[in-house]
Amino acid sequence: MSEMILSVEDLSVSFDGFKVVDKLAFYVEKDELRCVIGPNGAGKTTLLDMICGKTKPSNGRIRFKNYELTQMIEYQITRAGVGRKFQNPSVYEDLTVFENLEISYPEKRGILGSLFFKRDEELIRKIDKVANQIFLHEVLRHKAAQLSHGQKQWLEIGMLLMQDPELLLLDEPVAGMSPREREQTAELLNGISKGRSIVVIEHDMAFVRMIAHKVTVLHQGRLLAEGSMDEVQGDERVKEVYLGH
Amino acid sequence: MADGVPLERAGEAAAADLHDRGIWIGRAGLAILAVILFAVLPFALDVFRLGLAAKYLSLAFCAVGIVLIWGYGGILSLGQGAFFGLGSYMMAMFLKLESTSSGSSAQALSSFFGSNLPDFMVWNSVETLPWWWEPFHYVRFTIPAILLLPPLLAFGFGYAIFRKRVGGVYFSIITLSLSAIMSIMIIGQQGVTGGVNGINDFRTFMGIDLNTDDAKRAMYFITCGLLLMCVVAGSFILKSRLGKVLVAIRDREDRVRFSGYDPALFKAFIFAVAAFFSSLGGAMFTIQVGLASPSLVGIVPSIEMVIYAAVGGRLSLIGAVYGALLVGAAKTLFSENFVEYWMYFIGGLFVFVVMFLPHGLAGLLERIRGYRTILPKLSRLPDSQRGGAGK
Repeated sequence: MSEMILSVEDLSVSFDGFKVVDKLAFYVEKDELRCVIGPNGAGKTTLLDMICGKTKPSNGRIRFKNYELTQMIEYQITRAGVGRKFQNPSVYEDLTVFENLEISYPEKRGILGSLFFKRDEELIRKIDKVANQIFLHEVLRHKAAQLSHGQKQWLEIGMLLMQDPELLLLDEPVAGMSPREREQTAELLNGISKGRSIVVIEHDMAFVRMIAHKVTVLHQGRLLAEGSMDEVQGDERVKEVYLGH
Repeated sequence: MADGVPLERAGEAAAADLHDRGIWIGRAGLAILAVILFAVLPFALDVFRLGLAAKYLSLAFCAVGIVLIWGYGGILSLGQGAFFGLGSYMMAMFLKLESTSSGSSAQALSSFFGSNLPDFMVWNSVETLPWWWEPFHYVRFTIPAILLLPPLLAFGFGYAIFRKRVGGVYFSIITLSLSAIMSIMIIGQQGVTGGVNGINDFRTFMGIDLNTDDAKRAMYFITCGLLLMCVVAGSFILKSRLGKVLVAIRDREDRVRFSGYDPALFKAFIFAVAAFFSSLGGAMFTIQVGLASPSLVGIVPSIEMVIYAAVGGRLSLIGAVYGALLVGAAKTLFSENFVEYWMYFIGGLFVFVVMFLPHGLAGLLERIRGYRTILPKLSRLPDSQRGGAGK
């Protein structure tokens, strides 16, 4: 068994007494591309929220490399190497695509550093490379507000790539995309998964089939099944959850 | 797809073109403002009117700061009067002590009562100078204190609040109470602050007679110089990476945390910069108008400062200066004639600007220019790009 980059153990959280995630165990290996599926309310987004520090768990441990993430706050978790893409594309609409990428560059994130920050060759080259990867090179000088929904999704992925995270958490990255854009995104994810681990939440099974190494099914805050796409789709309990829903 | 590329390139070129135009327009705007402040106003106005302009320009420091925190940081502070007041009162304390120790009428008073305290302390039977007045005997303490104390306080206060993720309207209410508390404290502690009358009757600043026309003109030019320096410093901040982070925080604070920044730190910093500008303005106000008064500290002046910024355009540092000058001039004009209606007028003005001119005068100017230059360019772009740009 190869090395675990993320181990989630005994993780629970409840909102207003309702257990959204219940004693969950979840492991991600290095260089793995994992898809998490499950019906609405299964706790998928909440799981990502807890990993990236947006929601504090009521119980449990989240270990990433040598960090205990439950003890850290959002920007520290980001600096440790976890990148998060949100369900609704969250980009800085009033900034240009270039500036959106530039701001995500993981250097000079203090007051004085950012006040006297100068663009260097390396940064320009990196923005250039990322912009090509996410198919947005032609619109670098456009404000992010002008992008289509799908382009915003790509931009947010690009912002994460600028951060060079070891673990990427993507919440519904192809929502609102055309079939052609979905294919492009699948290629993109397959390309960037080399050298880093990715966790993707997705409803689109065809898309999941295109990218997943392994699939985790959540149901009512618990692990229902885990395995390859075929194994999971053949699982009786999974069928019941999806059909009975 | 393939034939879309050259058109998109054209779009990019147009965007780059607009960007360069933006820089050029910014510099031209600054130059025009400098000409108005340094060349037009001093020749067009007599010394009395120039003094009034200097008064509004002192308040413009606060408005420039408000553009930074409100327009770009998204933090509406209704307490800038408190920082203006700190600068104003620190300067007043220094001037008062100087005139108490050197002015002849003050000496007459002191010898009459057998005390060398500021006159209002004598009237309030205060017998010894409070310890916190002592350092203001020295200009080498007073000036650094004016420049450092308010921003340090603002940073500490701001960071404590922003770290707890208190923002939006709650922050406005907290800062509103800050300025209210300060003016109430000043009025309540009459013996050591001069109370509702404030501190006034100064003659000299480091031995220079402030009441001569030459001194007034000189002070006016110094004020203009400092104000332009604040505008330049502000635009340096906005153009830096920090400025972009600030805009990002304004639009999506939650997302910024996941880009690895601590938003509280940035918000506290820009709040401190605005406090620094306000304090500087307060000091220049007192030295020129000859007064530090609780009526310039409380809620009403703090809100008026926001209105200056709103009228000028809350995204325009230069607009804030015009806003302060115009509203200030209107205030003088109106309150000379219809004193009791002034508050209604300024309230109505604020509502009007917020509803119809969300980007103030600067926005109006940009819109007029925009219709002339951007539209013909956009009509040459493909449909897909026209929708967003017109917003």
